[in-house]
Amino acid sequence: MPDIPMVQAIGVSKRFGHIEVLKAVDLTIPKGEVACLLGPSGAGKSTFLRCINHLEKINEGELLVDGEFVGYREHGGKLYELHERHIARKRREIGMVFQHFNLFPHMTALQNTIEAPIRVNGETKAEAKKRALELLHRVGLSDKVDSYPAELSGGQQQRVAIARALAMQPKLMLFDEPTSALDPELVGEVLDVMRGLAKSGMTMIVVTHEMGFAREVADSVVFMADGMVVETGSPAALFDNPQHERTRSFLSKVL
Amino acid sequence: MPADPSTSRSGSATSPGRLVRKTVPLRHPGRWAAVAIIALVFASLVASASANPNYQWNVVWHYLFSAPILTGLSHTVELTVGSMAIGIALGIVLAVMRLSPNPVISTAASVYIWVFRGIPVLVQLLFWYFLSALFPRLSIGIPFGPSLLSVDTNHVITQLTAAILGLGLSEGAYMAEIVRSGILSVSPGQNDAAKSLGMKGLLTMRRIVLPQALRIIIPPTGNETIGMLKNTSMVIVIAYTDLLTSVSLIYARTYETIPLLIVACIWYLAVTTVLMFVQSGIERRFGRGFMPRREPGRLARTRARLFNRSATAGATHVAGGGDA
Ligand SMILES: Nc1ncnc2c1ncn2[C@@H]1O[C@H](COP(=O)(O)OP(=O)(O)O)[C@@H](O)[C@H]1O
Ligand SMILES: [Mg+2]
Repeated sequence: MPDIPMVQAIGVSKRFGHIEVLKAVDLTIPKGEVACLLGPSGAGKSTFLRCINHLEKINEGELLVDGEFVGYREHGGKLYELHERHIARKRREIGMVFQHFNLFPHMTALQNTIEAPIRVNGETKAEAKKRALELLHRVGLSDKVDSYPAELSGGQQQRVAIARALAMQPKLMLFDEPTSALDPELVGEVLDVMRGLAKSGMTMIVVTHEMGFAREVADSVVFMADGMVVETGSPAALFDNPQHERTRSFLSKVL
Repeated sequence: MPADPSTSRSGSATSPGRLVRKTVPLRHPGRWAAVAIIALVFASLVASASANPNYQWNVVWHYLFSAPILTGLSHTVELTVGSMAIGIALGIVLAVMRLSPNPVISTAASVYIWVFRGIPVLVQLLFWYFLSALFPRLSIGIPFGPSLLSVDTNHVITQLTAAILGLGLSEGAYMAEIVRSGILSVSPGQNDAAKSLGMKGLLTMRRIVLPQALRIIIPPTGNETIGMLKNTSMVIVIAYTDLLTSVSLIYARTYETIPLLIVACIWYLAVTTVLMFVQSGIERRFGRGFMPRREPGRLARTRARLFNRSATAGATHVAGGGDA
């Protein structure tokens, strides 16, 4: 069915101990769209992304990716937690890019990119390598395939990380502040790659403080604060005509 | 304008008439003084060793490659390799268990570590050797139920197995702590990244976490191995003939104590040398992606040239001795 949304969150709550980090979050992201997640530090943006691929377990609510529960199986009206290997299988379809890149430092750019396709998907080395080289070319790193992460700039590392996630051929990409750890002059090269990815039709959820990027690339912008979705809208609506006081005061600080 | 000076500077640097100046590395006269002192001390040691007849170098030479010494040496090497293999494998398992979120599993590992680090190795060796006093027969089966396989304890627990068990099982407790600190040194982001690519726990541990942890684990493991090489001499309490035991059996008979102790020292140092080179090879292998390439100084280059050559010779020497 074409109208199943890629991500659907219904009343998602998440607690760390007694602290409620996500409070009944409702959010729908249709296929092929780019959603940018904005909000002050501590709003729960990272936690929400991590719930989507089950790096964190949610305490209440329902979270569906492409119509299926994440980390659970429905049976007779109850949700049963899945075994690690089933969760791992579902995670292959969801790529994630982290603020601090999290490349494997003991592997070259190419080895980083072919590791999961070979070990998880069981691809042959030749086919994994062929696609990895294409991807590394696409992110502009054809001359760096044999470099170790420590030999690359932050921008180059983040582009390898994007290629590594894409090598699993995901249907959804999560970006958690992908440019926040970069020197200002390196931000552009990473955003360019993400812009190209958005154009190719990838569904993306991007936590970012790059308002220019959000305005240009996003189909929808979500403003979160204190674990809640405060306001959702098109970039034009949210940036030019915010409805809530929280949104206005946040935007006045970052724009 | 801040841009102006920089443009003019880069302009003059590329101008055609400019001299390319050579850089002169800093001299280190202090290092050369240290070299002179070390050479002097070394020379006087050599002089005393060759002049003093009490060393009895002919006796050293007579026993260096004799059959009982070589047998003792091969037992020492076997014990070291065997018990370190058990220790490392056990250490990895115990470390992973200790980090398990399941409290029963992590507590079991902690108790093991507590017991085997707490009891002197000497006592553990004796205990394993005299296991038959406690269990005359060893059997595999269901607790309180039928046994599937049963053997005489004295058949299974020979001096060698008692020695390897005693040394290896206690080594596992020490290695567990070394491996655990290595695993904890790997950033949690690595786990997140591996999981988000669909990698499962064991695969992540094997391919992502342990290879990075090894960088931290290898140097103390080298220490443990060299320590183990010398600790094997404790097996004298269960009358197993390692290198030191063989040596002491001979000098108890001939009273040539000093030359025979020198024989033992030569072999211990030879094996230690080999182990150190193995260690630095492994360190290089697992330092990939972490170690920036560094240009060695002149002294380091000379040392590398001299030392590498003599070390290779030493290695073939030992290998030849072990075969005999
Ligand atoms: N593993 C954790 N344990 C306890 N508290 C956490 C954990 N991760 C995040 N938090 C808390 O959850 C809140 C939201 O964090 P986060 O999702 O990282 O916010 P954001 O990404 O919007 O800055 C913060 O108050 C943070 O301290
Ligand atoms: Mg965050």
